[in-house]
Amino acid sequence: MNTHKKLADLAKTIRSKNAGTDKITFDIIFREKDTYEMVKRSKVLTPESVCRILNVDPARLTDFVEYDPAYAIKFTILRDRPSGSAGDGDIFGAQQYAPFLDVMVDISH
Amino acid sequence: MASLRIICPNGHLGFAPLKTGSFHLGVAAKPDFIAADSGSDDIGPVPLGNDSCASPRAWQEHDLEEMLLAARRLGVPMIIGSAGDTGTNSRVDMYVGIIRDIAARHGLPPFRLGWFYSEVDREYVRAKIRGGSAVQGLDARPDLTEDELDATQRIVAMAGVHPFMKLLEEGCEVIIGGRCSDSAIFAAAALSRGFPEAQSYYLGKVLECASFCAEPYGAKETVLGEITPEHVEVTAMAPEQRCTVASVAGHAMYERSNPFHEFVAGGKLDMTNCHYDQVADRTTRVTGMAFEPAAEFRVKLEGSGKVGERFVGMAGIRDPYTIAHVDEVIAWARRQAEERFGPEGWELHYSVFGRNGVMGDLEPLKDQPGHELCIVVQGIAPTPEMAEEVTMTGTRQLFYARLPDVKGTAGGVSFVLDEVMQASPAYRWTLNHTMAVDDPLELFPTHSAVIG
Repeated sequence: MNTHKKLADLAKTIRSKNAGTDKITFDIIFREKDTYEMVKRSKVLTPESVCRILNVDPARLTDFVEYDPAYAIKFTILRDRPSGSAGDGDIFGAQQYAPFLDVMVDISH
Repeated sequence: MASLRIICPNGHLGFAPLKTGSFHLGVAAKPDFIAADSGSDDIGPVPLGNDSCASPRAWQEHDLEEMLLAARRLGVPMIIGSAGDTGTNSRVDMYVGIIRDIAARHGLPPFRLGWFYSEVDREYVRAKIRGGSAVQGLDARPDLTEDELDATQRIVAMAGVHPFMKLLEEGCEVIIGGRCSDSAIFAAAALSRGFPEAQSYYLGKVLECASFCAEPYGAKETVLGEITPEHVEVTAMAPEQRCTVASVAGHAMYERSNPFHEFVAGGKLDMTNCHYDQVADRTTRVTGMAFEPAAEFRVKLEGSGKVGERFVGMAGIRDPYTIAHVDEVIAWARRQAEERFGPEGWELHYSVFGRNGVMGDLEPLKDQPGHELCIVVQGIAPTPEMAEEVTMTGTRQLFYARLPDVKGTAGGVSFVLDEVMQASPAYRWTLNHTMAVDDPLELFPTHSAVIG
């Protein structure tokens, strides 16, 4: 039996967006409380793991919150340069979430 | 003051036109205010530095006309904040002019129009620094130095509720605001009618992005917010949308690093203990918000500094060997620019789409490029002529890159256009700071006039 599912198959919303000029914030939002609690228990999204997935120094992670009212896991990183600086490929920060779609979650417990 | 109702048709007026269907349904509900924010720092530092709009004037006029005609027909105030994307003085004047034109064109009966400015003179900021009042950096930035201030073209301060409330108290029925906190536009309306701070600021927070607090996803649709001394309710006006516990609670997170706190000039909205209830099919009620006044009145400043004139070039690659060595190709082109222009005084930026053009160093798959790449080249220099030549060198020399084992010796890249194109000058965000002020109104001079 398949005991793992992709985060994209479990979450309602997986998104990224600027939080001001110097940060990008990521929201992983679930439709049901049970799924949200299961993903929290699985520990696939932790301050350490999200930094590893995005290949950023942990010092760049400014916030990591499990936000129960919205069944959401939310984290924020400092950009390596402010939004819209020449060479920035994503002025709105809206296309930085893709690596989280394929995160595998153990759904067996 | 049993309750007060505000509709918001657009989370960034002008950036894309409001959807008229749900707006007209919102107007039919006879709200007490019609309000929208028109600005964002999402658009990058260019419009602020360049003092230009990110939005087409036709879209701005469309939304302002819809809102003005509805507000005057209902006889309720209309409030706009952060005029013209950036809220600079020229954008406020432009919106004031558009309002005058629409009023004249439709022969509207006289009304009082109010506006305020948000630009801050560099010398004012310099005096603060020299007077020992540090202009403190946000988001891990250091305190502002005079060098960084000197590199800044233009500064706007984020107004809170204060200039809006002053203009409402003066009887203004239409208000065009300079740069301000999104939530302040709506909070000012509620505070002016005596509602408590916590509920008022929450009302602003939930309405400021219009239908982004509803589901299914669909931007530019109108939402209606209702405030009482105890709670805030928000209702989607588009027939296909609902404001649900999930969509409203989820919106508290949007575009912010932390879902619990919203900082505005003068204090902090605390959403930690917010409680959400679905009270009707398309309506969610929120209770439990709190507001904590700030010990010191600090205003956020945004500043943009010019880096140089800018051109853009593009090139494609299909040869798998060249794709595998694209960094060497780019290094070759950069060396040619260095030989021509020396080591400093210009910049070349390469975005390699098909590899990591979108995510840069955050891209986990940068070792797995696609079978074809597009390289976007940005060249920056003090004059347009030099920027054009820098960009042309950085683009065309990709064609001549010398890779030892390449089979195709007639040209290393493909071109859609064998030219480089002038873009807006390059700017960077120089200020994301806060500055202490004695009077909440001192940075935001207000004006008003009777129109019609």
